[in-house]
Amino acid sequence: MAKRFLSGNEAFALGVRLARPQVISAYPITPQTIVVEKLSEYVEDGSLKAEFIHVESEHSALSCAMGASSVGARAFTATSSQGLLYMTECLPYAAGGRFPIVMMNANRSTALPWNIYGDQRDSVSQLDSGWIQAYAENAQEALDIALMSFYIAEHPIVSTPFMANLDGFVLTHTYEVADVPTIEQADEFLPPYRTKNKMSLSEPKNLAFSAGPESNTIFKLKEHLGVLNARTVISEAEQRFGKIFGRHYTGLTESYRTEDADYILITLGSISGLVREITDKLRAEGKKAGLLRIRYLRPFPNEEIAAAIRNAKAAAVLEKDISFGNEGTVYTNVNSALQKAGINIPTSDYIGGLGGKNISAEEIEGIFAELEEEKRTVKFLGTGGEESGSQCKNAQ
Amino acid sequence: MAVNAKTLNETEFFYGHKACAGCGGSLAVRIALKVLGENAVAVLPAGCMSAVGFNFPQLCFGNNAIISTFAGTASMLTGIEAGLRAQGITDFHAVGFAGDGGTADIGLQALSGAIDRNDDILYICYDNEAYMNTGIQKSSLTPFGAKTTTTPAGKNIRGNLRPKKNMFEIVAAHGIPYAATASVGYINDFMRKVEKAKQIKGTKYIHILAPCPTGWGIKTDDTIEIAKEVVDCGLWYLAEYENGEFKLNYKPEEFSSVGDYLKKQSRFRHLTDEDIKVIQSSRDAKWEFIHRNFK
Repeated sequence: MAKRFLSGNEAFALGVRLARPQVISAYPITPQTIVVEKLSEYVEDGSLKAEFIHVESEHSALSCAMGASSVGARAFTATSSQGLLYMTECLPYAAGGRFPIVMMNANRSTALPWNIYGDQRDSVSQLDSGWIQAYAENAQEALDIALMSFYIAEHPIVSTPFMANLDGFVLTHTYEVADVPTIEQADEFLPPYRTKNKMSLSEPKNLAFSAGPESNTIFKLKEHLGVLNARTVISEAEQRFGKIFGRHYTGLTESYRTEDADYILITLGSISGLVREITDKLRAEGKKAGLLRIRYLRPFPNEEIAAAIRNAKAAAVLEKDISFGNEGTVYTNVNSALQKAGINIPTSDYIGGLGGKNISAEEIEGIFAELEEEKRTVKFLGTGGEESGSQCKNAQ
Repeated sequence: MAVNAKTLNETEFFYGHKACAGCGGSLAVRIALKVLGENAVAVLPAGCMSAVGFNFPQLCFGNNAIISTFAGTASMLTGIEAGLRAQGITDFHAVGFAGDGGTADIGLQALSGAIDRNDDILYICYDNEAYMNTGIQKSSLTPFGAKTTTTPAGKNIRGNLRPKKNMFEIVAAHGIPYAATASVGYINDFMRKVEKAKQIKGTKYIHILAPCPTGWGIKTDDTIEIAKEVVDCGLWYLAEYENGEFKLNYKPEEFSSVGDYLKKQSRFRHLTDEDIKVIQSSRDAKWEFIHRNFK
């Protein structure tokens, strides 16, 4: 293991190299480009033995990855924003085909208006596509998720594609110190991809077929169970990872000082670091603040959220997406988890960071302060603070 | 040894499917797979052949086969070829079978990308000159004058107003190692071209005209005849592109009647003598080009 000063993209690319993908399909889009640039360099210098395919679009990037996966090859691609949306047709296709492709998505705003900076509307809009969705907080976690993602996706009881999300620029382009495992350690962690779900010359198959009304539901149920099974496999992968690399992760969520917290802020991705600092600051002032970081949006951590929030007086979601005409989608999901668990505390939703807008420490402190009022609101941060719409009442 | 009716593989790789009687496309797929053999790995996008061949649990390919997205025939072939090669497997043929819409319209970008990379794949376009699977809508390979369900023949407009897109030369303009045109009416010529493509490294493209009795308005036992006639009257041609040169494979001594060819098909029945003249003179212009530029 060696410490290196790495951007999120570079860290992720190193993690991918350690996973030895056999086929990489690449199409550039800001702020993902460095990942595919780095991987092309690794192929050039011989440190990664993979077929590197210069596809002509994101649709072809994922279509090519599906082709590779359909013959049992380990496949990787990366995208962002408009590119993710351009390949949208292929997302449920890969999931329905049970092709365990790993794709990095550099979270970026979606047009219009054009904007290259980070928010999570791109990936959150694809929650229903059947992919596992992870959100990294920092470069180290990005690298570690890159390596773990193949283990999780390819596990026979999962066999589901994996989207690893990194906040555009804030994480993809920011340099931090990260430990880079050795290839020997990585090989010990990650076995080669083996599957029966492939076309082989010795055992020909017809794949990606049609299934009419009488059999369609059972295929969809199995797909759903595959994503749900990722819950246990993520936990298994992290235990295995911890033993080999000495770094430990906490499954679908990470709780920080939530045990006795009165007011909990739920968020995901790179903003969690700042929320953690504010939590410490408020704790030092005697306020019972807590952070619940969502690491995986699919499978969704219903139980983990309920367990963390159960004894709080109020909770808020801070998220970089909005489902227009309703509320933030993470908020919708969180409320569903609480309702199912019979927890009825006030929750609020704060939409922030859209198009890369900075979320300040003061704004996060402001959210914690408003939590003490125990209201139910949906607000856009940085727009003057007025409540945004009647929908928050309907969410009660 | 040249492949012909006598030497053709007896094994069937595409059978038990639900294609319409007289389907030219299914014949092209069946024959091509016999030439390519059991190690063909076939990609078929959304379209007639995937709709008739992949209805779980009735799966109709004896070799490996997969449905791609509509636009993704070539890109999925690329992934399959790279994926097998990355595992040290080389004794296979990655082959795509896409219709005219899947090739000349929605799949053109991915096909262009694959040719640009010179991926080692064979792409076969079975051209039945419209979106037949969805009920006969115009594609960019629908010929001038043809009536489809989106180019109705009425008082104001008499069917499709645009000529067929020239896929063969578009593909050749990429500098592809091998491209060819074919017709199910000249099946020996098609088999020879598939056999040839099988030996060539890099991207290969074969464009085979494949009549659709349902969409063309012909009798189901007239498929082969009409597929011969389209070549004989000069509205289609058998050619190859190789080493940067075009080569004509068959030159009819004398063209048969364009009018007779068109009038046999209900999709053209509304055409006036004037329309037929327009089609005939565009044929003549094409053949002038062929004589000038093809060997």
